[in-house]
Parts: sequence; structure tokens; C-alpha cells
Amino acid sequence: MKFVVAVKQVPDTAEVRIDPERGTLIRDGVPSIMNPFDTYALEEAMKWRDELGGEVTVITMGPPQAESVLREAISMGADDAVLISDRAFAGADTWATSHTLAAAVTELGAVDAVFFGKQAIDGDTAQTGPSVAASLDWPQITFIGKVRELNEKSITAERYVETGTQVVQAELPVVLTILKDANIPRVPSLRGKMKSRKAQIPVWGLIDLGLTEYETGLNGSPTKVVATATPEARIGGQIHEGSTEELVAKLADLLLGEGSEG
Amino acid sequence: MDYMLNEDLLAIKEICIEIGEKHILPVRAELDEGNEFPREIMNVIAQSDLFTIYIPEEYGGTGMGSMALAVATEELSRYCGGIAVSYAANALGAMPILLMGSEEQKKKYLPKLASGEKLCAFALTESEAGSDAGGVKTRAIKDGDHYILNGTKQWITNGGEAQIYTVIALTDPDRGARGASAFIVEEGTPGFSYGKKEDKMGIRASATRELIFEDCRIPAENLISREGYGFMVAMKTLDNSRPGVAAQAVGIAQGALDEALKYAEQRKQFGVKINSFQGLQFMLADMGTQIEAARALTYAAAGLIDTGSKNIVKLSAMAKVFASDVAMKVTVDAVQILGGYGYMKEYPVEKMMRDAKITQIYEGTNQIQRSVIAKAMIKEAKRK
Ligand SMILES: Cc1cc2nc3c(=O)[nH]c(=O)nc-3n(C[C@H](O)[C@H](O)[C@H](O)COP(=O)(O)OP(=O)(O)OC[C@H]3O[C@@H](n4cnc5c(N)ncnc54)[C@H](O)[C@@H]3O)c2cc1C
Ligand SMILES: Cc1cc2nc3c(=O)[nH]c(=O)nc-3n(C[C@H](O)[C@H](O)[C@H](O)COP(=O)(O)OP(=O)(O)OC[C@H]3O[C@@H](n4cnc5c(N)ncnc54)[C@H](O)[C@@H]3O)c2cc1C
Repeated sequence: MKFVVAVKQVPDTAEVRIDPERGTLIRDGVPSIMNPFDTYALEEAMKWRDELGGEVTVITMGPPQAESVLREAISMGADDAVLISDRAFAGADTWATSHTLAAAVTELGAVDAVFFGKQAIDGDTAQTGPSVAASLDWPQITFIGKVRELNEKSITAERYVETGTQVVQAELPVVLTILKDANIPRVPSLRGKMKSRKAQIPVWGLIDLGLTEYETGLNGSPTKVVATATPEARIGGQIHEGSTEELVAKLADLLLGEGSEG
Repeated sequence: MDYMLNEDLLAIKEICIEIGEKHILPVRAELDEGNEFPREIMNVIAQSDLFTIYIPEEYGGTGMGSMALAVATEELSRYCGGIAVSYAANALGAMPILLMGSEEQKKKYLPKLASGEKLCAFALTESEAGSDAGGVKTRAIKDGDHYILNGTKQWITNGGEAQIYTVIALTDPDRGARGASAFIVEEGTPGFSYGKKEDKMGIRASATRELIFEDCRIPAENLISREGYGFMVAMKTLDNSRPGVAAQAVGIAQGALDEALKYAEQRKQFGVKINSFQGLQFMLADMGTQIEAARALTYAAAGLIDTGSKNIVKLSAMAKVFASDVAMKVTVDAVQILGGYGYMKEYPVEKMMRDAKITQIYEGTNQIQRSVIAKAMIKEAKRK
């Protein structure tokens, strides 16, 4: 089986600070990590590779330094990796990002499934996986909490959705987005780390993917950011204490607009 | 301090930190309380290749040696001394095969130990034979192409959890220690069973158990080296593994110091952080200094073993004595710095103090180590 995992390098939000005046993220000096949700996608792909045989290729679109997440993925057990990087890819919105990733999947050839994280912790749109599926015109199963079965032909998976669990079957090739319920990602291994140090990671750009500048990066992005603004900070609520009777009376007063304390 | 660890050693360290943060921290108190063996964590350790580091490449290992084992043991011990010894005792159990085993024995057993498919333990101690290891009574009588084992081993780390045991037994009781031999015994051999599991003060996540041999027949090819070499195998094994105990001690101490520093930064009394009191600062300074000295001595001893030197007895013993005494002192002081909170199970330092104590006792008590060191020094002085 040939599996692809799309991973994104993101700033470690645990370390991110906000510039209080401009309301923007201070990215300088913030360590970059593999998008935490993508570790579940990677584990799921490796789990099925270990069971069925085959290989796991990890791809990321990003600047040259994004290569480090690919090495990390190899240290965890991925077989190889490709960095999708070109100046022409800069400023991509989710459409352009997905279009470019889809071209990379096509270039890899004979792929059985592409695994995505649920969402990226910075962009947070959860659009990339579904949008790649649309680009490739492949079926997709999103928000997978459990893969029940995967074989040469098809996949049966449980989607954890708000209303409950949905069991979906799809034919391969397929695009999947994986929730953290699906597995416990393995820790890197010593041999994996040794391999990742030596691994040659090819870089694919615009020409390698047979794309044009008009369909990638800022040029290829239909989204236009007109302005960004920080929402007003919410004022803290009131906390009242007392017996149930007292609290009910208090609440009634407040709702009726009496006894407000500010 | 930067010991210029190479990329492989740094990789080991990173892996141990990841295992510690993700897999050990969330469960260590529970395993300690429940006296429970960390089976799942052993699987994670196996999958991360940490069992490969003391096994040569030709037998499925990565052959990184004693220094690498010390780094791994130290780092895991920072999180839990009990889990770390459950790991390191595998190296102790494998040591007789590594040092003196035949090619066939190495080929048969080492790859399974490297992959973590099987765990291993070393069995020397008996109820009447502790420091005086020459006093073992377990018998091994040759019977055609088998040996028949009878006797009971006591306090065997990984007992009941391991599948492969290296066991010291007498083949010629008249010759005392010179009549001892080393054997490999596999779990499931008829006549081999487990006795009681101990309820311990510390390292409670590790299993310490009796091994009972009742007319246990093992193939003669399971003899390690030759008849009569058992005591030598045991002593060499311990000389090689003592830096591992030292590393465990350094790790436990470092874990306790980290907790003490963190707490002293947060806790306020008399309107100021307690780390602004000179009385505590001097304690912290001594703890840090002693740990660094213990680490340097431990790495020196492990490094010496990796050079292939035969002259490792003294430095190994020194590292074990010094580091374990440091671990005991530092963990007691860490409890002191946390005050009443330190005495409570809600905080990890009381466990670290309980875990530290064993490092002064097993693999030769510190009294025995001191006499080993003194004897070696006296011998050296005579030669000059
Ligand atoms: C107009 C516009 C301009 C932008 N300009 C920039 C810019 O200059 N620089 C910039 O960094 N971002 C830019 N972005 C953000 C960027 O488009 C998104 O980060 C990207 O499309 C992925 O979306 P997401 O972060 O919401 O990921 P999600 O859709 O939430 O991610 C889901 C999953 O998709 C996969 N995935 C996501 N991104 C990648 C990737 N790059 N490579 C491989 N797999 C991936 C992962 O598996 C991830 O778990 C811009 C966005 C807009 C709208
Ligand atoms: C948790 C745990 C795990 C263990 N794991 C293993 C294992 O995996 N395999 C194994 O074979 N053994 C194991 N042991 C046994 C351990 O190595 C022995 O307990 C240790 O060697 C000391 O023996 P003893 O307990 O019988 O003490 P004793 O020998 O009875 O000593 C009692 C006291 O007398 C002192 N003493 C004894 N002789 C002298 C002397 N000549 N000079 C000065 N002082 C002396 C000792 O230092 C000690 O203070 C383990 C023990 C414990 C508690």
C-alpha cells in the first residue's frame, strides 16, 4: 500500500505570545512543531502500513525550514518525505494550498490514501483535507475516530460527529482526516532518528508539479484579506454564591432587571 | 554542564524525555501506589529501540555501549526510578550472555532482547547469600545433556515479568564460589516457578520476585562459559552494570532537584519566594554541585567500560557509591525544601526519596563497594 501523510509545521501555540498593542501573534523566537493533530494522521498511516505492508510518504508545503517536521516524521517511522517548497507557493490560501498538495499527491503516483490531521492549530480551518479530496476528485472521510477496516480496495471508518458515530465505507484511493481518538502516536525510535539524520529529502517546486504561478501562492488564492481585527475582549461574568433558593431568587431579579450589582 | 554528547546520545536523551513526559509522568504515582509493573511503558521503550543500545549490531542491536545505556537510564530515572530499573535490569540480565555467552547463545537470545520481544533478569541473590554472594546454595546437577536445578533465588528484579533469566547455581558445592556456574533459564521450563512478589519501600513499579527451581531440567547448552566460572561471570556482570545504578541515582537526584527548584520559585513565606533565603540557596547549590560531580564520575566509569578496558572495577564501584549517596542526600534535601508538602504523596519528591534508597543497597551495598574500592587501591599502591 502507498500512503501519504500531509503534515504542517506550525508555531508551538503553548509558547506563542500576543502583541497586546497590535493584536497579532509574536512569531519571532517561537519554536515550530509538527501540527499536533498530524501526529495522529501519521500514526494511523504507519499502523496500517505495519499491518498491510507498503510505505508511508510524508509531505509538507512550506518554507525550507519546514523540512524539520519531515525529519521528525521519519524519526517516528515514516519511510520517506518530500518538501513542497517554492517562492511561488507563498501566501497561499486553503484553496491554493490544497491545489498544490493535490498536485504533489498526483506526482507521487499510485497513492492509496492520503491522511490529514483534523485541523491545523494555527490556521484552524480544517479545509485542507476536504479540499485536496475535491481537487483530486477522490472520496473523503473526515473526522475519523476509528478506522475499522482498511484493505486493498476499501476503507470502513467511524466518523465522530456531533450527533454520534457515523460508519462510512469508501473505495480507495481516498482522503482521510484523523481525530486524536484514533490512536496513540508512537515516540520516535533510535533507528528512526539515525535514519532521519541521513535522509535525503527532495524538494518539489512549481515546475516539478507542473503548475503555473496563476494557480499557486497568493496569485492562485481566491481569498483576499481585506482587514484583520481583534474582537473586543469579553467582560467577565458575575459570580454569585448562596443556597439554591437564594440563587434562583437572585437570578430572577437579574433577569427582570432588578437588583443589578454591576 | 555540557558533556559534548554526540548525536546518538542526544537522540537517546530526546527519546527518553518524550517517553518520560508522555508516558511516565501521567502514570508514575499510580504505578508506585499500586505496586504495578509498567508493561505498556516497556512496550514503548522496546518500540523506541532503547533495548538495542547495549546489544551489538550483529545481534540485532545498535551497539552503542555503556555510556549510551547510562544516558538512557539517567534520563528515564528523572521521571521514575522504578520504571528505569525495570528497563536497566534487562541489561544486567543480558550481561552474562554479552560478556561470556557462546556464539549460539548470543544468536539465540540477544536479538529477542534487542527488540524487546523478551525481557531479561539476573539472578544471584538468595535468602542466605546477599553480600556474601559466594554463599549461594542453588544446585545444578549434570544429568546427561541436561542440568537439573534446585533452589530459590530471592529479590530478582523483573522476576515474573522477564522470559529469560541468567541464574548462578553451584555445580560443585565442595569448591564454594569456585564451584558456581551461570545458566540461562527460560520462562515456562518445567520445574521453574515464581514465588512471592515483594511489597517494597521504593521503586515500586519494578517487580522484585522469588524464582523457584524444583527439579528444573535445562539443556546443557544453556551453561554460560564453563562450569566453575559462574562467580566470575557474576562479578564481571556487576562490574559492568554498576555505572547503570550510578546513572539511575543521578537521574533520581536530578528529578528531585528539578522539583525543589520549581517549588522554591513558587512558594512564598514571610512575603518572599523561599528561594531567596540563603539557607535554602546553599542547600540547592550543594545539591546541584553533588549531582554534577556524580554525573561526571558516572560518565567517566561508563566511558572507561566503552574503551574496552579491563580495569573497570574501582571506577565502577566509585561511581555507584558516590552517585547513590548523592541521590539519597539530595532527595532528603528536596523533601526538606518542599517542607510539609514534600512529605505528601501529592508531590513527587517523597517517592524520589523512597526510590533513591535502593541505589545504596543493590548490585552490592555501598559498604561492599567501599571495600572493593579500598582493595583495588591497596593493590594498585603495592604495584607502584
Ligand atoms: C489570503 C491568505 C493568505 C495566506 N498566506 C499565508 C502565508 O503567506 N503563509 C502561511 O504560512 N499561511 C498563509 N495562509 C494560511 C494558509 O492558507 C493555511 O495555513 C493553509 O491553507 C492551511 O490551512 P489551515 O492552516 O487552516 O489548515 P487545516 O485545513 O486546518 O489543516 C488540516 C490538515 O491539512 C494538512 N495541512 C495543512 N496545511 C498543510 C501544508 N502546508 N502542508 C501539508 N499539509 C498541510 C494537515 O494534515 C492538517 O492537519 C494564508 C491564508 C489566506 C486565506
Ligand atoms: C529491590 C531489590 C532488587 C534486587 N534485585 C536483584 C536482582 O535483580 N538480582 C539479584 O541477584 N539480586 C538482587 N537484589 C539483591 C541485592 O543485590 C542484595 O540485597 C544486596 O547485595 C545486599 O544483600 P543483603 O540484602 O542480603 O544484605 P546483607 O549482605 O545481609 O547485608 C546487611 C548489611 O551488612 C552489611 N555488610 C555485609 N557484609 C559486609 C562486609 N563484608 N563489610 C561491611 N558491611 C557488610 C551490608 O552492607 C548491609 O548494610 C535486589 C535487592 C533488592 C532489595
